[in-house]
Amino acid sequence: MIALAIGIAFGFCLERAGLGDSRKLAGQFYFTDFTVLKVMFSAIVTAALGAFWLARLGVLDLAGVYVPETYLLPQLAGGLLFGAGFVAAGLCPGTSCVAAASGHGDGLMVVLGMFVGVVVTGLAFAPLRHFYDSTARGPLTFPQLLHVPYGAVVFAVVALALATFAAAERWERCA
Amino acid sequence: MSEALTSAPLPRERERVAEGRVRARAYSDPYLAGTALGLVLLASFALAGRGLGASGAFTTLAAKVTSSPDLHQSNWLLLEIAGVVIGGFASALLAKRLRFTAVKASRATIAFGGGAVMGLGTVLARGCTSGLALTGGALLSVGSWLFMIAAFAGAYALAPLLRRAWR
Repeated sequence: MIALAIGIAFGFCLERAGLGDSRKLAGQFYFTDFTVLKVMFSAIVTAALGAFWLARLGVLDLAGVYVPETYLLPQLAGGLLFGAGFVAAGLCPGTSCVAAASGHGDGLMVVLGMFVGVVVTGLAFAPLRHFYDSTARGPLTFPQLLHVPYGAVVFAVVALALATFAAAERWERCA
Repeated sequence: MSEALTSAPLPRERERVAEGRVRARAYSDPYLAGTALGLVLLASFALAGRGLGASGAFTTLAAKVTSSPDLHQSNWLLLEIAGVVIGGFASALLAKRLRFTAVKASRATIAFGGGAVMGLGTVLARGCTSGLALTGGALLSVGSWLFMIAAFAGAYALAPLLRRAWR
């Protein structure tokens, strides 16, 4: 039930931001609309700060939160492919569901394409397996990698986000 | 199919841009929506001990259909993505943005192809913008930030070649 409730809130936020509209998302890659960057970075900063402070106050046990595992080369290659597909689709997997749900025909096409892509990859998995499991680093985080306090990395992320927001706003004013 | 795009009469092009502006204004402020999204993500950390996801729902469904043992399965994500569909629909309905738009064949083809390439990418990377970029980004995961940077690089690299398709 928690999964469903969180999903509803997630889908609601994405649609409110306008991320059910492929043209708007594609604008990110033609420097005409920075909504994707602003929404993503605001969300990351909010959740990172929230997780840090809730853990510091003893409300949240960070050790009990699943951290996505790192596989350097598969995530580099997968990321590049993902990005190429993203700019063609104008939607990512989550936003394609929102687009389809709000009546955008292309959203449904992205959902179908995603599904076919995943099915085909799953069926042709054998030659990929070796690469898929390579360069595994476990649930590695930047505080562990750089041997710096958790709060320092959170601070760096916040600073990076604020600098990015400032640059995006300046660009939009000039354009 | 590029002919249909390039020979579009100018007034229609202008109309489309104007419509886009009106609709864009009706959307929430991106910083506000992003902060709300961050609170949802934080709630997921606290209540479920995990972040958000999307591609995992596709792999779960694909694994059930093809009985492939290699695809990641999570019934939690399947339920969550059902919620995303409901939430997206409800938000569009309440904002009177719910309208069923037809797609040109060229756009449909590129959307489908882009989706398929993303599908391959998410399986290789073990996640997407939700499960890796947002969730792992907030949890300071190294692989998540690597994925995020690679995804933006891939998108910006291909964008010039697809400019005509987005005109």
